[in-house]
Amino acid sequence: MPDMEWLSRNKIWVGTAALVLIGAYAFYAVNSNIAVSMFSYAWFLAVPLVLGAMVGVIGERSGVVNIGIEGQMLVGAFAGFFAAAATQSIVVGVIVGALSGIAMGAFLAFSTVVGQLDQIIAGVVINIVATGITSFYFESGKTIPRGLPNFDVPLLSKIPLIGPVFFSDGPIALFALIIVFVLHFLLFKTRWGLRTRAVGEYPSAADTAGINVIALRLFNVTAAGILAGLAGTYLSMEATSTFERGMSSGRGFLALAILIFGAWRPMRALAAALFFGFMQSLASQLQASDVVNIPQQFINLLPYVLTLVVLAAAAGRVRAPGAVGQPFVKGD
Amino acid sequence: MTDNGEQTAYTEGPKAPAGGDRETLLEITGLSKSFGTVHANRDISLRVDRGEIVALLGENGAGKSTLVKQIFGLITPDAGTISIKGDATKIKDPKDAIRRGIGMVHQHFQLVPVMTVAENMMLGHETVKGGVLDLDGARQMVRELSTKHKLSVDPDAEIEDLPVGTQQRVEILKALSRKVDLLILDEPTAVLTPQETDELLGVMKELAAGGTSIVFITHKLREVLAAADRCYVLRQGQVVGGVDDLTSTTTSDLASMMVGRDVVLRVDKAEATPGDTVLSIKGLQVRDDRGLPAVDGFDLDVRAGEIVGLAGVEGNGQRELVESIAGMRPSIGGTVSLAGEDITRSNARDTNNAGVGHVPEDREKHGIVGGYSIADNLVLNRYDEEPFAHGFRRDFGAVREHAVELREEFDIRSPDVEAPAGSLSGGNKQKVVVAREMSAKPQLLMAAQPTRGVDVGSIEFIHRRIVEARDAGAAVLLVSAELDEILSLSDRIAVIHGGKVVAEVAGKDADRTEIGRLMAGDSDHH
Repeated sequence: MPDMEWLSRNKIWVGTAALVLIGAYAFYAVNSNIAVSMFSYAWFLAVPLVLGAMVGVIGERSGVVNIGIEGQMLVGAFAGFFAAAATQSIVVGVIVGALSGIAMGAFLAFSTVVGQLDQIIAGVVINIVATGITSFYFESGKTIPRGLPNFDVPLLSKIPLIGPVFFSDGPIALFALIIVFVLHFLLFKTRWGLRTRAVGEYPSAADTAGINVIALRLFNVTAAGILAGLAGTYLSMEATSTFERGMSSGRGFLALAILIFGAWRPMRALAAALFFGFMQSLASQLQASDVVNIPQQFINLLPYVLTLVVLAAAAGRVRAPGAVGQPFVKGD
Repeated sequence: MTDNGEQTAYTEGPKAPAGGDRETLLEITGLSKSFGTVHANRDISLRVDRGEIVALLGENGAGKSTLVKQIFGLITPDAGTISIKGDATKIKDPKDAIRRGIGMVHQHFQLVPVMTVAENMMLGHETVKGGVLDLDGARQMVRELSTKHKLSVDPDAEIEDLPVGTQQRVEILKALSRKVDLLILDEPTAVLTPQETDELLGVMKELAAGGTSIVFITHKLREVLAAADRCYVLRQGQVVGGVDDLTSTTTSDLASMMVGRDVVLRVDKAEATPGDTVLSIKGLQVRDDRGLPAVDGFDLDVRAGEIVGLAGVEGNGQRELVESIAGMRPSIGGTVSLAGEDITRSNARDTNNAGVGHVPEDREKHGIVGGYSIADNLVLNRYDEEPFAHGFRRDFGAVREHAVELREEFDIRSPDVEAPAGSLSGGNKQKVVVAREMSAKPQLLMAAQPTRGVDVGSIEFIHRRIVEARDAGAAVLLVSAELDEILSLSDRIAVIHGGKVVAEVAGKDADRTEIGRLMAGDSDHH
């Protein structure tokens, strides 16, 4: 429950959130159609970023940098789509996509945590392998029955603005929204979270307290792969119904930027992803409505430039987990 | 309380009598542990009774930490038994040690800096209510423990915001929360201010009075006399003495036990013929890493053609003094001059160019670049000067030739001068440093712990070289924690304590016991 102490500690965030909400509803009051379509498009774009950022949160909070999220997503999109095409079952596709994410996560986990391979190199390997596999085994002309359907969540979808934006989407988008809050709870309120944070900040303290640092890192990095796989299946089976080469198109890297902007916290990362999504949505709106006469390329640039500016501003103020990137050697 | 806690004795009334019929909590017999060819512990036997404070005293590298790590299950002994409350089963790991009632406060605190005191306390054995961490319970536990042991801490404070002394308190509470019978403190006062040290010693006494046994490691003599009931002195991995009744012991007794009475390594040297003053230090003041005064009004002159040995128990400002002269640490008062030229504010480069050769205490960090070749390491101080460079172009032929010469001259055991210096043994690394610093023909050679961690053969060689540098007319300042080294090399001995010179004696008149007494800061009477 938001007691007074919590409010005063987070007053900047609460204040910003309130302002954004008021602004959004003011916009909604002026033109409800455009408001709903812009915010819906923002969330549509933000979903894979949110999932990708959560993969990063789990990995880096445990002390493992994951720059392979991009590759994990791509393989998830690929494996999910072609499994669905082969079996003509979307459910099988989603499961295979998630499992492929786990497999990639397991590779990262075992090579870095057990094999002590440099985490950046392991991530680069994942990205290269992912691009290679998904191009080499790509077959054109395959189709899946249909993408994951959108549905209305009872009651919640009736809320003005928020309902149509967040509660009338496909299952993966809804899952992405829920996982943010679940992960926040797990990370800050449970035993797993306390131990995960200790392992990512100061592993030798965790070790002397009797926590198995290696096992926890292995589990976390591997399990986080599910989310990356789902982000991929979202791209190929919920947002679209097709797979294209390189369709993750940098979203995994963007998720890392959002992770930093979000200060390694799930809820702030959600806010950051929504901000980025909104900027992109704004760009396409400006383009479509012809309100400004600027070459399209510049407008398309806008979200990236803004992200860069915001990141640069945030960079000095946020701090990464203390042991991120460092392999743990017992008794060191 | 004066401004310098080291000067005032910690003695606070009579101590508890050493236990005679009390329960034996820990008994170690015949414990040995080797790392490669180094005997870290040799046939160690000791005993700790319930409720007593036992000090392990010894210089760096004497094997104290190795000993306690074995008690806590971090290292497995090669031979011997550790029996806890009569149970001599092998201690598998720290978890096992904790279960059997042993707690340890490491020298480097094992606390997560961004977490609160309560979170750190519960880490590893959390209580959970309905899936959620019971933080209120943890806060309550911190409050109860801190009231019970009179160690006040705020359960909601984040560790990184707390001063070191308070962090240590959290570590102690953490150990106590596991219901310890025996608390091991590894150099607990190394990071503390004198005032915090006093507080800690008080806490230790309280705990002991409540029935907890304490083993603490230190090389500070006063702490032993102020807090311990008994003490064991370790030297070169062995227990060389135990003092059961510390009330009738003085710091000088302990000091001489600590440095030992081993055969003095003989160095043949002629009578010194000192010339003009080369190094002149007046009223130097330098702060340590924590910003506390470490060198505090230090005066010393070193003349050409003499070796001045600076004797002292480690941590009395030697490191800060040397670093300040070498231009690696700013001074806050006083002057340093070299042959009349003021070098107080010179940086390391200028100091080096002015004619100061520096064999640093930490050779891995400040002496060599491990990834560079031996040849490059040998010209680190002159790589951009003729003949090793012409303008901005380096002359690799000259560098190599120079290296081959020095390899012969200084007996550096390596087939290839292009091999990385990091691949050499400790003794040979040190020879590289000594060769580089001496080949530049410095006016002042400053050698800090020049033979630490170096094999016996190399020690002899380095000693001989230092004497040769003196004979060639260099002024030599030798800083060493090895009293033997100081005694066998120095023409003049200055004793440092509390950041200033407390006595100067001629090398040939030096009396070991007397110097030990002075090192311990006992200069006011007799």
